[in-house]
Amino acid sequence: MALPQELEALTQAFSGHGVDEKSLISILGKWHPEETKTFRKGTPHFFIDDERQFERWNDERVRLLKHEFMRFKNAVVLWAMHPWERDARLIKEALKKGAKRHEAYGVIVEIACTRSSEELLGARRAYHSLFDHSIEEDVASYIHGNDRKLLVALVSAYRYEGSKLKDDTAKSEAKTLAGAIKNADKKLIVEDDEVIRILSTRSKHHLKSVYKHYKEISGKHLDEDITDLRLKETVQCLCTPHTYFAKLLDATLKIEVDKNTKKAPTRVIVTRADVDMKEIKNEYHKLFGGSLSNKIEEVANGNYKDFLLTLIARGG
Amino acid sequence: MATIVAPLNFSPVEDAEALRKAFEGWGSDEKTIISILGHRYSYQRQQIRKAYEELYQEDLVKRLESELSGDFEKAVYRWILEPADRDAVLAHVAIKSDNKDVIVEISCIYSPEELLAVRRAYHNRYKRSLEEDVAAHTTGDLRRLLVALVSTFRYGGDEINARLANSEADVLHDDIKDKKNHEEVIRILSTRSKSQLIATFNRYRDDHGSSITKHLLGESSDDFRKVLRTAIHCIVDLEKYYEKVLRNVIKKVGTDEDALTRVIVTRAEKDLKDIKELYLKRNSVPLELAVAKDTHGDYKDFLLTLLGKNE
Repeated sequence: MALPQELEALTQAFSGHGVDEKSLISILGKWHPEETKTFRKGTPHFFIDDERQFERWNDERVRLLKHEFMRFKNAVVLWAMHPWERDARLIKEALKKGAKRHEAYGVIVEIACTRSSEELLGARRAYHSLFDHSIEEDVASYIHGNDRKLLVALVSAYRYEGSKLKDDTAKSEAKTLAGAIKNADKKLIVEDDEVIRILSTRSKHHLKSVYKHYKEISGKHLDEDITDLRLKETVQCLCTPHTYFAKLLDATLKIEVDKNTKKAPTRVIVTRADVDMKEIKNEYHKLFGGSLSNKIEEVANGNYKDFLLTLIARGG
Repeated sequence: MATIVAPLNFSPVEDAEALRKAFEGWGSDEKTIISILGHRYSYQRQQIRKAYEELYQEDLVKRLESELSGDFEKAVYRWILEPADRDAVLAHVAIKSDNKDVIVEISCIYSPEELLAVRRAYHNRYKRSLEEDVAAHTTGDLRRLLVALVSTFRYGGDEINARLANSEADVLHDDIKDKKNHEEVIRILSTRSKSQLIATFNRYRDDHGSSITKHLLGESSDDFRKVLRTAIHCIVDLEKYYEKVLRNVIKKVGTDEDALTRVIVTRAEKDLKDIKELYLKRNSVPLELAVAKDTHGDYKDFLLTLLGKNE
């Protein structure tokens, strides 16, 4: 292959999610020192011209590259893990990261609201073993802001999983939520006791009915009318999880995203591959046109890409 | 230790047949019912239910409900259900009748796994979660506390963090003085492990001169504080708690049969013996005597059988 094409290919091999191991081996492995030097001189975002007449690796880039090389390893380790340990560790990580970046708490909402009652329970057990504390005690003591009540309630839930529900209760609770949303400027909705009660204790079937009634009452979807991020994620995860995951994948399967956002595709695909990946793929197609696998082909590389594609193909 | 006296060898089929005979004719032979059911462990009672169903295509529980009546029927009904199912029924009744003590007992005395079993049984029986019913029937701080208590899945280990006990004892002290915001009390009481809480309460007493429950007494006596004190008593010394329940129940002018039945039926196979000893020490009168004085008929005989009387 001619040099300019190889230079392009090599740059691609280092960009996006994961690295293209095969290209790295076939190109870098066979280049003469002169060709490698041309590469270094031609990629100012990877290499800096040092005053002492050599091109040095950009340290920040090397750090980011390390994450890209590890992306496949992290996905494999997470995949092989027991789902309970997986969720417990994800929650612990979210608690640690969340102190500086509140968006990390979204992962706690995601896990608490998209797992079945028994799966969430399993995660709580595993958390005891791994960290010698209960999830609720750590969530309650790490988080100090407005979100605390909601998050503690969500991780403590052990929802009824059957389909029985009282339609008039669902209707009246939809009205309660509508009222709380109207009053959002006077009373902080994420701390509203009734809102928390409804969202953290009712069964998912019941909440889907509440969601439907809300649309009938106010014309818009419940999550559209909520501005508080955690509350919005709560409603989406509880009532329309496939849409939530499809949108999350679309937002995070991009080439230029920060290193925290870049972890989402691994998490979503590994944790949903054997649960509802088929529905998520369908929803993705409905919302965004192309197929999820094409998107992954575009932005991911090498073993990591192949692993993700294999996972999403499970179950059809 | 348990108080009931039950044989290790028994035949569920024979028991089922004997019970069937006891139902025949006018009225039923309560003595037989008491002498069988009152002398069987939980797993034996479940086997008898199964045998009865297979032999007569009838639910033993439903038959007992229709044959018996009054406090005796209520006691036998609770006795024959599986423990978790029984507690789900007790919880449901308590929620409807605004009895918060039962909810606190279930969530603070039982182990995390036992509480979980009750929550599952509640799903099965009432097609709703325990927490959603508790939440729908309470408001304000009381709701926050009770929902948090029933939802918790406490870490069950013995490890304690002394520094944390120290700082949280102070937090509790400040929270109690400030009557407005109770978030921290609820957080600590409903999430920390029992060992950690006991260490915290001990630290509280050392640092602030009085036990936390005494301080809670001093202020206004609203429902929220009452429930807090009940929860703390249940966590710190459950036998002492039960002894007090029994003492109050028996002292009252009209005995609270529901509470009496509840304590005896739920603890007969666990630690009723220790509670009896505590009762004797505290009241100088054996529990059996006090119960016999305050109850009568088949109900009395049944309770005394559970308390360990052996004919």
